[in-house]
Amino acid sequence: MKKILIVDDEPNILMALEYAFKKQDFEVYIARDGSEAIEILKKELPNVILLDIMMPKVDGYQTLQIIKQNEKLKDVKVVFLTAKSKKEDIEKGFSLGVDQYFTKPFSTKKIIAEINLLLQE
Amino acid sequence: MSSFVLFAIIILYLALLFLIAFFAEKNKRSKWVNNPIIYTLSFGVYCSAWTYYGSIGEAAEQGVRFLAIYIGPIIAAPLWIILLRKVIRISKQHKISSLADFISLRYGKNRFLGALVTIVCLMAIVPYTSLQLKSVSETFEIMTQKSLMKSNSIFTDSTFYIALILAIFAAIFGTQTTDASQKRRGIIFSVAFESLIKWLFFIIIGIYCTYYLFDGTTDIVHQFKSQPNFESLVTLGGFEGGFNWFFTIMLSFIAIFLLPRQFQVAVLENNREKHLKTAIWLFPLYLLLFNIFVVFIAWAGKIRLGNEVNAEYFSLLLPLSEGNIFLAILVFLGGLSAVISMVIVSSLALSIMISNNLIIPYGFLSKFVKNEPEKNEKFIKNIRRFAIFFIIIVSYSLFYSFSAKMSLYSIGLIAFVIIAQLAPSFFIGLFWNRGSSKGAIIGIFSGLLITFFTLLVPFLLEANSLDPAFLKEGLFSIPAFKPHALLGIDFLTPPTHAFFWSFSVNTFCYVYFSLSSKGNYRERNYAEMFVDSKNFTDLQDSAFVWKGEAYVSDIKEVLMRFLGQEKATRALNIFFAKYNLPKNTQFADAKLIHFSEQLLTGSIGSASSKILIQSVVKEEEISLVEVLRILEESKEAIAKSKAFKEKSLELSNLANQLKEANLKLVEKDKQKDEFLDTVAHELKTPLTGIRATTELLLDDAEMPTPMKEQFLNNMLQDSERLSRLIHTILDFEKLSSEHHQLIKTTNDISKTIAKSIASLQTMAAKKNCTILQKSTYSVTINYDEDRMIQVFTNLIANAIKFVEPNEGLISIEYLFEDKQLKISVTDNGKGISEQDQEFIFDKFFQSKNQNTIKPIGTGLGLAICKQIIDKHQGTIWLDNSYTNGAKFHIKMPLN
Repeated sequence: MKKILIVDDEPNILMALEYAFKKQDFEVYIARDGSEAIEILKKELPNVILLDIMMPKVDGYQTLQIIKQNEKLKDVKVVFLTAKSKKEDIEKGFSLGVDQYFTKPFSTKKIIAEINLLLQE
Repeated sequence: MSSFVLFAIIILYLALLFLIAFFAEKNKRSKWVNNPIIYTLSFGVYCSAWTYYGSIGEAAEQGVRFLAIYIGPIIAAPLWIILLRKVIRISKQHKISSLADFISLRYGKNRFLGALVTIVCLMAIVPYTSLQLKSVSETFEIMTQKSLMKSNSIFTDSTFYIALILAIFAAIFGTQTTDASQKRRGIIFSVAFESLIKWLFFIIIGIYCTYYLFDGTTDIVHQFKSQPNFESLVTLGGFEGGFNWFFTIMLSFIAIFLLPRQFQVAVLENNREKHLKTAIWLFPLYLLLFNIFVVFIAWAGKIRLGNEVNAEYFSLLLPLSEGNIFLAILVFLGGLSAVISMVIVSSLALSIMISNNLIIPYGFLSKFVKNEPEKNEKFIKNIRRFAIFFIIIVSYSLFYSFSAKMSLYSIGLIAFVIIAQLAPSFFIGLFWNRGSSKGAIIGIFSGLLITFFTLLVPFLLEANSLDPAFLKEGLFSIPAFKPHALLGIDFLTPPTHAFFWSFSVNTFCYVYFSLSSKGNYRERNYAEMFVDSKNFTDLQDSAFVWKGEAYVSDIKEVLMRFLGQEKATRALNIFFAKYNLPKNTQFADAKLIHFSEQLLTGSIGSASSKILIQSVVKEEEISLVEVLRILEESKEAIAKSKAFKEKSLELSNLANQLKEANLKLVEKDKQKDEFLDTVAHELKTPLTGIRATTELLLDDAEMPTPMKEQFLNNMLQDSERLSRLIHTILDFEKLSSEHHQLIKTTNDISKTIAKSIASLQTMAAKKNCTILQKSTYSVTINYDEDRMIQVFTNLIANAIKFVEPNEGLISIEYLFEDKQLKISVTDNGKGISEQDQEFIFDKFFQSKNQNTIKPIGTGLGLAICKQIIDKHQGTIWLDNSYTNGAKFHIKMPLN
């Protein structure tokens, strides 16, 4: 079973995504900010991480950095899911090494399709 | 008393002076040696044996007339601030080392004028010095009651040895450096000491005579009234006496500036300009106190000792006649101090003139150019040492061979008249740029000639008991040419008569020949620098006009001969650094020529330095007009560069302001961007929730009902959040706009708070927390009530969010502080973490420490509160010392 970690500080979004991915037979882990995500990553090794950027305490960029530094997580796909939709923001995201970049508001169907595609590579 | 004992005392005293001078040289920089008191006391060198003994003689014979000699300096003192300061500045700038150098420099480094001034000074001062030595000998004689003059050989004469010791003293402490413009702290410090000693002992003898020998001043006057000529002694003697007074005052006025010893202590040894400020009041005080007892000692002597003895020595004879040898020794030492300081400083000043303005420029220059630097240095010092011995020995032999009955007072006055011949060229030259060397030379010569005819020749003849016919009948038997009554002016005393005529003719010649001659361009150059010294200090080296061809290497060669290789190289490097020139500069410009001449001036005098430098450069003649034009240009250039500096400062200020404004704009832009970003983010977040959830609900028909309900609830929450957000953003923007006006009315704060609390009771009840209004007394002030309710609601609502359920306590109170109303909202929640504190009033800041699962709010609450309070000219802040929760304070002005 594919594992996904969803990191977002908005409970309603989290709730929707959790439901949607569980429906797709993903094993879903959720975290409300970067530090919670890092705690989870110490125990679990997901196939993909869905990461919001603007979060309290440890934000998406910092979390990504920590993930990239961890040798154990080098095969994990990371996807930004964020309200930051400017061209520069997207370029910055890719330059930091994310595998995909989704902007809010999003279509759950499309995200699920893209994630599945990403995991087939 | 035994002459051996007295001689031993003298030797001991001299040894003490040596020690004092050594101390001062060793502690050159100490405050003890460099202070305005020492500087002022060194002016006391003015009071020679002439003051110490001569004044009493004059007072006994002529009454109060002697005072004129001290009134001149007292009148001059306030003027020092302008006059002396100017002279000091010029001297420092040009490294001047003597009066002769000063005058010679003013007239274009004129070699002849420097030599002439030197000779005038020698003529005036050598006989004067000789009389000082005479007073030593005579007082020695009085003390030991033996006539030493009867000894046939000078080698048994104690005065000879004293003179010799003084010469050694002056040579040791006066020629320590080749650069004569350097300070001589040892000599000055010992002179100051001697000034104090002679002053103290003179006052002691004055008190002794007045209050011990007599019953105070009235007693002396009372007893003295019986003297036949009493009236004439206490008045000035009508109209004619008034003239005599006036001219004597003028003479002493000039002397305080131009006596070489005065120029030495006041100008050349001046360390700091500000010391002058002390001297201008302290020195007149010194002179006044010095002269208080002169008349009383003189009259006491007249009453007690009569007309049989030399009145000049009353101060010694009176205690001796009473058998008070100790007091007599004190008086003797005081007199000796007066002599020592005068002789040493005078011989030192003259020796520098002799070396730098007479011997070196007239004969040794070519020799210097070939010599090694060390040798030159030794040679220059030796010339000065030789000159010191020469002056003192000549003075001594004058005294030894002409034991004529010359009084201290008359010789002193003759010296003054001779020195006064330098006054026109000195004083007028300082303020009149047309004054020329030709005028100065002719003026000095004519003045000297008249002084010889009217004063010196008759004086010498009379002193030697000769009485040729022309004295009474006039030259060539013409009555108008009587030496003491030129053109029929017969009411003046010989010195004032001589002064009146010589000074008038001298001044006339100076002015006349200055106006009639065109003058040399170099002369005019220096004239401008002296007259306009204040402006030209700014110009410094560039005030010197010079055109021609010169090589740095040639000039360096000359400099090295006198300064040594190290010093010369260092000086040139400093010069190059100052003007941003490369070290290997080849051609010398006017600045460098001027700089080099100045460097040498201290060692060999200004005339010689000019000659030396000119010998290695090829100068082109410049017309006078061109000199003036260049000077004017440099002045203009300075003014222009000043204006330019100001302008460029203004511009750079403007540029800075522009930069700042730009930064502010960028910052504002950034803030706006950030604001938009945040607004977008805040709007997108609930929208994202709504969209995702809607999709799920649409696609998933099998969704269980509780889940469906949850999602629909979420959607409702998000929609509410969205509309709340939109409302707040609009409100915030409205408040931010400058056009927004508060609707201020008079309200009772207690009621406003109550209203705010009431609207939140439902929210509080949900969390079961208490809101307490602690202060309920009414305070009516002017504010926009709706807005203030908004503030309180925001603060209280925030508090409700942060407190624990069932335990929450929120209290509101107010009190007066600093004429303002201070309202506090306190809760017992988690408080605000330190890292959040500084951001809480920022837009869209949301603390994640809220006690709800999902933060309710827009992140604009506190930002809006701050804006509202700001608009009321109040302040809102978080009390970060409060730790049991969060505490906000609001201060509102009362009117």
